[in-house]
Amino acid sequence: MHGFGVALTPMNLVLMFTGVILGVIIGVLPGLGGANGVAILLPLTFGMAQTPGGATSAIILLSCIYWGALFGGAITSILFNIPGEPWSVATTFDGYPLAQKGRAGNALTAAFTSSFIGAFVAVIVITFLSPVIAEFALAFGPAEFFGVYLLTFCAFVGTSKEPPFKTLAAMMLGFGLAAVGTDPVTGTLRLTFGTVPLLTGFDFLVAVIGLFGIGEILLTLEEGLEFRGTRAKINFRVVMETWKELPRYWATSVRSSAVGCFMGIVPGGATPASFMSYGVARRFSPNGAKFGTGQVEGVVAPETAAHAAGTSALLPMITLGVPGSPTAAVLLGGLMIWGLQPGPLLFIEQKEFVWGLIASMYLGNIAGLIVVLTCVPLFAAILRVPFSVIAPVIIVICAIGAYTVHNAIFDVWMMVVFGVLGYLFKKLQYPLAPLVLAIVLGDSAESSFRQAMLFSQGDMAILFSNKLVGGLTTVAIVLLLWPLVTWLIAKARRASA
Amino acid sequence: MSEDRQGPAPGRAAFGQKTAEIVVAALFLAVGALVMWDSLRLGASWAEDGPRPGYFPFYVALIIVVSSVFNIIRALAVPKAKDKAFVERGQLKLVLSVLVPAALYVTAVTWIGIYVSSAVFIAFFMRWLGKYPWWKVAAVSLGAAAVFYVIFEMWFLVPLPKGPVEALIGLN
Repeated sequence: MHGFGVALTPMNLVLMFTGVILGVIIGVLPGLGGANGVAILLPLTFGMAQTPGGATSAIILLSCIYWGALFGGAITSILFNIPGEPWSVATTFDGYPLAQKGRAGNALTAAFTSSFIGAFVAVIVITFLSPVIAEFALAFGPAEFFGVYLLTFCAFVGTSKEPPFKTLAAMMLGFGLAAVGTDPVTGTLRLTFGTVPLLTGFDFLVAVIGLFGIGEILLTLEEGLEFRGTRAKINFRVVMETWKELPRYWATSVRSSAVGCFMGIVPGGATPASFMSYGVARRFSPNGAKFGTGQVEGVVAPETAAHAAGTSALLPMITLGVPGSPTAAVLLGGLMIWGLQPGPLLFIEQKEFVWGLIASMYLGNIAGLIVVLTCVPLFAAILRVPFSVIAPVIIVICAIGAYTVHNAIFDVWMMVVFGVLGYLFKKLQYPLAPLVLAIVLGDSAESSFRQAMLFSQGDMAILFSNKLVGGLTTVAIVLLLWPLVTWLIAKARRASA
Repeated sequence: MSEDRQGPAPGRAAFGQKTAEIVVAALFLAVGALVMWDSLRLGASWAEDGPRPGYFPFYVALIIVVSSVFNIIRALAVPKAKDKAFVERGQLKLVLSVLVPAALYVTAVTWIGIYVSSAVFIAFFMRWLGKYPWWKVAAVSLGAAAVFYVIFEMWFLVPLPKGPVEALIGLN
């Protein structure tokens, strides 16, 4: 309760709203994401963090940018079919069809409300379960971490609509791209072929900007010059109408919050959480077959999970110093620059900071919900701008976004290449999400795999060495083989018929 | 939004879906082979101190190769009569009408900086595809460049590539 006293100063409230508004803008712009948005603003907070209580204000500003970006990603996903953030990719599956049906307002309200619920559940988890969960995750070894990665990636093969071999090819291409550059374990240069720009490897942000931003613009052009954004009308009536509909999906909300919290706490992150939750909801919902055609439930599931995961990703970051998402990793870097050592000691030595941060999570998400529900008409105004104006502006913003990742023009070229790939892949049903996720998680997945293998002297049996890792691996293998199982069942049915 | 899209009438296919499938799968195969080759060079086996640097990428690439072989077989199995257009000529022309200027734009950034090339790029689009009057073209393109300058150089303090024009008006 003391935390609310820390967070509720007028200065911190102003920072909260500023952070959320900036975050939404960053989340809406395809070129600026939560992670690099926070990274760009991080240097501005150095001065602020030096003043007494300033570190709390600084983390409130940065974490509110994060909440804002989480909210904002949904806006472009639903209205433009361009995910502003990787974790809002799954929101496009049903959000965009809803918008095309003229129900953009309902989709947005559902998305924002679910985000809020997901985040709220996650903050409650952080508040009450942090000691228990910290102990649970403390027992994780490399094998368990690899088990989690394996499960996430196998889930793509098991649940994606695309042909399984295309999913596999796209996903492994991502791992291949992630392997480019310095080997995370030994420092050996890999796959650089003697070129300098490849030394740092491929950044997933550049890939995302190209694949989704430029790729979508190219796809849109095929349809002519009309931009495929849809209009949104959010007013009190639409909000109330949607809120009346939402309690029907309580089961999905509960499942998605659980998936999100778990995926956020183990370093899975918001992106796989949103996909897993969408997949789970599709399998369990009575409307599962209609998913992808514009179901409110298909928006609720990924948004709840993404926000729950994005929020709970901060739990291992503050308790253990292990970030659960790329943005949490940037925030972690910020804490260390400010002279705070994240880890269990933080709860003892910096009580005020920790509880101030946790209190700001409650308040920041309330601020976020207010901001997004009232400001959507502003974003809707963007949609009235004709395509011949908005397209070059989006390309320029994408180029600047790609450039700012490493201040390298090479990245801008890569963005164009990824744009062409995104166009081809989308047309040929190669899924983009596992590709991007593999680029993000490639290095950590590889490190945990190699550490586990070192530990067991190359014996794969370590992936079944205890109940936890054995369970993860078994579920992963079942999901991997799921397409084969359904195919065999279908074949057997055809044979008997 | 209006329903009458200015899209091209259905025209002749530039190339078929089957061709596109095979070409993309073959590209995957080539990338997979390249990664395998480089991994073997680094050592994909097990050493005294654990897996060597090429170990993980080698198996990743192996899955790429196997999957793309399956994808090629699947594509080859499509009978010719069922093949449909991957992209029509008119559509391809439109796509290239953005892709080519975008590539030129990125080239230009290296030489004349991001602000001037962005303004030119936006102006080109508005004039060529949007047929806007010149005063609107100038207002939007120069305005956008100015807004980008304020946001990135002044608010976010991110220096973006600049060229001779910025140097001339002392913005470096």
